[in-house]
Amino acid sequence: MEEFFHQLTNGLAIGGIYALIALGYTMVYGVLKLINFAHGDLFTIGAYLGLTLLTSLSLNQYLGAFLGVLLLAVMVMGLVGIIGIILDRAAYRPLRQSPRLSAVVSALGASIFFQNAVMLIYGARYKFYPQGILPRIALNILGVDIPLMRILILLTSVVMMVALYLFIQKTKVGTAIRAAAIDQGAARLMGINVDRVIMIVFLIGPALGGVAGLMVGLYYGQINFTMGWVYGLKAFTAAILGGIGNIPGAMVGGLLLGVIEALGAAYISIAWKDAIAFCVLIGILIVRPTGLLGERVAEKV
Amino acid sequence: MMQNLPKRYIVYGILTAVLLCAPFFLNRYWVDVLNNVGLYAILGLSLNLIVGHTGLFNLGHAAFYAVGAYTAAILNTMYHIPILWLLPVCGITAGLFAGLVARPIIHLRGDYLCIVTIGVGEIVRIALINNVFDITGGANGIFGISRPELFGMKIRKPDEFFYLIWFFVAATIFLFHRLEQSRFGRALNYLREDEVAAEGSGINTAHYKLATFMLGAAWAGMAGNIYAAKMTIISPESFNFWESVVMFTLIILGGSGSIPGVLLGAFLLIGLPELFRGFANARMMIFGAAMVAMMIFRTQGILPPLPRKFPIDKIPESEGTP
Repeated sequence: MEEFFHQLTNGLAIGGIYALIALGYTMVYGVLKLINFAHGDLFTIGAYLGLTLLTSLSLNQYLGAFLGVLLLAVMVMGLVGIIGIILDRAAYRPLRQSPRLSAVVSALGASIFFQNAVMLIYGARYKFYPQGILPRIALNILGVDIPLMRILILLTSVVMMVALYLFIQKTKVGTAIRAAAIDQGAARLMGINVDRVIMIVFLIGPALGGVAGLMVGLYYGQINFTMGWVYGLKAFTAAILGGIGNIPGAMVGGLLLGVIEALGAAYISIAWKDAIAFCVLIGILIVRPTGLLGERVAEKV
Repeated sequence: MMQNLPKRYIVYGILTAVLLCAPFFLNRYWVDVLNNVGLYAILGLSLNLIVGHTGLFNLGHAAFYAVGAYTAAILNTMYHIPILWLLPVCGITAGLFAGLVARPIIHLRGDYLCIVTIGVGEIVRIALINNVFDITGGANGIFGISRPELFGMKIRKPDEFFYLIWFFVAATIFLFHRLEQSRFGRALNYLREDEVAAEGSGINTAHYKLATFMLGAAWAGMAGNIYAAKMTIISPESFNFWESVVMFTLIILGGSGSIPGVLLGAFLLIGLPELFRGFANARMMIFGAAMVAMMIFRTQGILPPLPRKFPIDKIPESEGTP
């Protein structure tokens, strides 16, 4: 039972990270109907930028651990968000009117570009986050020791997702994003600046992905230039699992995938951990292609 | 159109002649590079059937390549069957495997299919690493695959492989060219252009999609056999996602749906980077940027397919139903 609880919290923490990355996929897919293959690499960039800022500014020494990390997260989000906007400008905007395939290839190209750019700048070896940035305490919940880090990750991702949900549902810009997701042409006729909406989507999605990268760095301590690919693919699976284009769906899908994976790794085999996620992907697409919370059936598949 | 044809044939003839003489004036290293180009040309042509002609995004082609290579390696090392005899076996295994995995997912649209094929590719790779059924040799793969033998002659050196591989390339080009012209090939093109209209004019789209998928995969399986014979060692890492991406990109770069385009793509993507070995690190980054630029400035690829005698949008009504 203790083992189960341990794996469950571990799964929820990883799931929170998947969910944060999945939000970027889901938002971009919702508005542009494009799988942004480079999104996983934006996550990697977030992890590396976080490391650079952490070691060069040492904010945590001046501001204390929590405030320092918070400020760090804000900086990473801003920087990765800007990279996201540049990515859209350079690789996707010129292809708005082109066939679907071109945009997919462009996304793959951008992914290769980012991955190798990170490798050139930081080197191909694993990089390590300094230890003990956040205090390594464990909280005793129901008689089981749960590392504080897990709870923080889960909490951060849930807070961000709720904030994003409220932003999309309650604000004027959020309404514009939803309108553009349903029908870009009609949204344009209603006076919505669709280009600006897409820009905002490419600011928020990568920002959340970037902060997820920072969290992975803080949680696992080691990062690599290729890691964005696996995380990205799993986050995409999470987005599909929850129903792509659906923000609560990304959250539910992410958490669920994290838990399935952690339990699968513990009770089936750790060697098959990655394969479990892809089996979930294939299974969900065969059985319920719209995902758990998806609605718009006819359009999708 | 017709006046252009002889000129084209002269160009192709000269290129073929130059290629055939290549082993006589190139050193081993470059002959080996050409062998790789040939191998990727076969893979590209096989994937081109699926992506270029039928419009199905398959980003997991390396999985079928792997199935072929492993079939060859396992049967060769365990039962000592000469590796080239296994060519049809590898093709059939990879084709059947593709049929098995594609059957439930083939109806998925565009990018959904793309993501599922990535998933299939990864599952296959992980299965190979985990030594599934205890025959794949795990992360180290399989070694000790015997050299192929043809008419009592052992094929060992790169120049000998050169002729084997490029003969296979030529055979593939011939067969796929004929296929393109056939009723089957034309049906695939209708399907790519407009699935609903194709279905409406009596093409069983699900059937055609699955058939192409299996045929393309079978061809990749045979390429896998040749790869195994050439390397004598295979490991799961040779069949990872980026391998699929390279196959996919060389089609898009060269001109999707066009045989000369795929060949050019293979030369550009596999051969050309060898010239820039010195910039090995920056190479891939430039390559990624080039992919983006290519899509923006020349979406259709460098050598897009030539217009047909009956362009698809100008088919007389009586010809509309294949």
